[in-house]
Amino acid sequence: MNFEMPDFQLAAAEIFVLAMVCIVLLFDVFSNDPKRRWTYYLSLITVIGAAVVTWFTAAEGTELTFSGTYVADHAGLILKMATYVSMVFVFIYSMEYLRDRLLVKGEYFILALFAMLGIMVMISGAHFLSIYLGLELLSLSLYAMVAFDRDSPIAAESAMKYFVLGAIASGTLLYGMSMLYGVSGSLELTQIAATMSDTGVSANSRLVMLLGLSFVLVGMAFKLGAVPFHMWIPDVYHGAPTATTLFIGSTAKIASFALMLRILIDGLGALYADWRDMLMVMSVLSIALGNIVAIAQTNLKRMLAYSTISHVGFILMGFLAPTSAGVEAALLYTVVYVIMSAGAFGMIILLGREGFEADEIDDFKGLFRRSPWFAMIMMLLMFSMAGVPPLVGFYPKLNVIMSALDAGLVWVALVGVFFSVVGAYYYLRVIKVMLFDQPTDDAAPIEASLSMRAALSVNGLAVLVLGLLPGALITWIAAAF
Amino acid sequence: MSSMPLLSLLVWLPIVGALVVLFAAGRNDGLARWLSLGIALVVFLLSLGLYAGFDANTPLMQFQELKPWISAFNINYHLGVDGFAVPLILLTTFTTVIVVIAGWEVIQRNVPHYMAAFLIMEGLMNGVFSALDGMLFYVFWEAMLIPMFIIIGIWGGPRRVYATIKFFLYTFLGSVFMLVALIYMYVKSGSYSILDFHTLALTSTEQFWIFLAFLVAFAVKVPMWPVHTWLPDAHVEAPTGGSVVLAAIMLKMGGYGFIRFSLPITPDASAELTWLLITLSLIAVVYIGFVALVQSDMKKLVAYSSIAHMGFVTLGLFFPFIIFAKGATSGSVLGIEGAMVQMISHGLISGAMFLCIGVLYDRMHSRNIADYGGVANTMPKFAAFMVFFAMANAGLPGTSGFVGEFMVILGAFQANFWFAFLAATTLILGAAYTLWMVKRVVYGDIGNDNVAKLVDINRREFFMLAVLAAGVLALGVFPSPLTEMMHASVDNLINHISSSKL
Repeated sequence: MNFEMPDFQLAAAEIFVLAMVCIVLLFDVFSNDPKRRWTYYLSLITVIGAAVVTWFTAAEGTELTFSGTYVADHAGLILKMATYVSMVFVFIYSMEYLRDRLLVKGEYFILALFAMLGIMVMISGAHFLSIYLGLELLSLSLYAMVAFDRDSPIAAESAMKYFVLGAIASGTLLYGMSMLYGVSGSLELTQIAATMSDTGVSANSRLVMLLGLSFVLVGMAFKLGAVPFHMWIPDVYHGAPTATTLFIGSTAKIASFALMLRILIDGLGALYADWRDMLMVMSVLSIALGNIVAIAQTNLKRMLAYSTISHVGFILMGFLAPTSAGVEAALLYTVVYVIMSAGAFGMIILLGREGFEADEIDDFKGLFRRSPWFAMIMMLLMFSMAGVPPLVGFYPKLNVIMSALDAGLVWVALVGVFFSVVGAYYYLRVIKVMLFDQPTDDAAPIEASLSMRAALSVNGLAVLVLGLLPGALITWIAAAF
Repeated sequence: MSSMPLLSLLVWLPIVGALVVLFAAGRNDGLARWLSLGIALVVFLLSLGLYAGFDANTPLMQFQELKPWISAFNINYHLGVDGFAVPLILLTTFTTVIVVIAGWEVIQRNVPHYMAAFLIMEGLMNGVFSALDGMLFYVFWEAMLIPMFIIIGIWGGPRRVYATIKFFLYTFLGSVFMLVALIYMYVKSGSYSILDFHTLALTSTEQFWIFLAFLVAFAVKVPMWPVHTWLPDAHVEAPTGGSVVLAAIMLKMGGYGFIRFSLPITPDASAELTWLLITLSLIAVVYIGFVALVQSDMKKLVAYSSIAHMGFVTLGLFFPFIIFAKGATSGSVLGIEGAMVQMISHGLISGAMFLCIGVLYDRMHSRNIADYGGVANTMPKFAAFMVFFAMANAGLPGTSGFVGEFMVILGAFQANFWFAFLAATTLILGAAYTLWMVKRVVYGDIGNDNVAKLVDINRREFFMLAVLAAGVLALGVFPSPLTEMMHASVDNLINHISSSKL
């Protein structure tokens, strides 16, 4: 094989982020500012810079480089831009959290940036190796971030849980990949796709293919948190510092979607008929279980964890349609979910202060009396998550259900809408607590930095504005495939 | 006039106005009240422009506006009105003015939020009545739940949380099935336009399921027996303004939905299932009439009477299919027009009844009939209004309550004698429950010391009741401006639904 010079420009964003992380790391070592202000600013600059670089080096059409391990396409562009936007919010909210609790350390930012780099590599992975490397870069950073508050036993416990289950999932994924490699003789997704669609393969090879597919699917379902591989989600969401939960609950979802997109669609698209039914079972179970169990939660972080599970079910529903419209719907769902989820965790951080996590639903009691503005923001976020128009959360649900009906899966669509009514109940309960109840104690007035207030307001209003004028976002995403 | 996007103004002016009220008024309650009244009045005047410019000779959609909204799914911002929508929009803008006045002194807590919620409601309701795109309709339809949820939850009575969550979930459950039906038709036709749906060819199985999906959504809204149970709770717990909007307008959306969607899109399924709808309507009229009779809470009584009156609407909309089955059409116009007149009239009367109860409640903080007695002695002016509206509610000739019921009963004779007979029992039952309540509340000796201390209505209350009374009387004596407005649309609808789509 001849060595071809890779097209570095296509990967400019990843290279930029890697260089910047090293700079931030070095800077942080020599910084003696206890508040780590410049580490924070530099991290934000990294994210924004990456956005600029990505935008201006975006490929026309789909391009492969680095010997077929790296792909640049429009779906990747959308996913990366969504990653950057959510990272900006994550950093602003996290800084507030860390500052309140005197946890500000450079490591948080460096780990988060590495995790982001992992996500970017996954998004652009066209090869099992690069996808797996990106996944591990993300996962290892996340394990450390969950345990970031090292004096908290519950954080340590959930980090252990996350690590063990995450390692199993990675192992399963890797095992499945090795089988697929065994059949196709290649780790490149394009090669694998060619083997899979080859009708002339022997029955034995096909069996190995399906076994590999199953293992890969189980690994992905673990990472996504789809039922029945969801058990880690509530514990990790609950136990991790909210700043980390925020990251896992929002930005990291993009990685899970990228994993599905690259492996299932780009690699194993030809096995659609085989993975569809598995996904259908997981989708319906996730929607049902997530929505029902969320009702019983009194802790907002746990409630959002179960709500994530149900949203994952909807994302999976998008993959059920054999057309690209379904994947578009899932992509739209992911992007919108990330925006909403970031805002919801941001609200928990806003209300919390040192020694007090506002993560019980009752902590939101009477918020309307304390701060009508932020009660309204949270209300918009909750209604949006419940999928009530005219908020943006409605459109991905609409889109997903549309693609399910298009695929003739009327009953799946009906299950979906029925459980979204069940789900509406627990979102309404949060709104009820905020708007209709009296504040419990002499609840302290909300103290937060200007950037926190501004970011959260933008986040909440985005849910409304994108809901009123969703045309541009939907068209942009629809151009992905 | 034609260049002005009148419908868009009717939708967005109240919503933008609500934001102005929220942010400009701040803590200045007086300013919030006057601003809201000003906005509500301007919107009402604009809606009169709609009436003035409306051409009643054509069933075509007028004042149309069409802009792409979500081009990826072919969803358009498409507004337009016909003879069914215009009266309902007028009712909405009129009621909002009354509601703002009604909340003037009563609401002392979070005044700007209260007023803003009602203005947003107004805009969204106008949107529901003027949307010609299925998805736009759905967005308005669902969005409406948010302000109502808040209105009941914040300014409502002691069991407001239970009532508002029940209200929200009930209606949400109803409408998601409509969503599935809308999407199904989009997948089939590639368009969300309601007018395209009207001409979309559907097999009888498809029609059956689509009809059921719509039925769930609209039956909950109307509400029809047996999915009416959210209404008494929501009405009782809502603040007076909320009850008025619920009764006067939100219930009408169910009826409007049948006219706009169910009948023209699935005429064959409507014909096939007409027995079900007629049975449910008659149960609402007769059984709920008896239920109303035994209520001890005034608001609950009026809530049940609303359900009974709305039974007339659904009866009027569906008995025409029995007539078509006989190969005739005479009488069917009476049914559909009667249903429309009944909706408008019920909007005025039930709104007025809730305002009357609100007037009493503000003074006594009780809705219990037993806590009253002899109110006429201390509040003579009020008593006159209350008796008048009660008569109208019972269907006294000369009031608007008579016209709609009479038209429906008259038409029902052409379909089946027993329909008309059972529907006519409302003339007895309605009189019984309403007048008995009036007797116990208004007449007789002064019941207790609290009643003795009552002060008669002030000028504000007098004004809002007088305006409503004038409306009820005007429609009762001279209903032809209303019926003329919808003749062409009704004829067109009958033409459309009397021929099979199969």
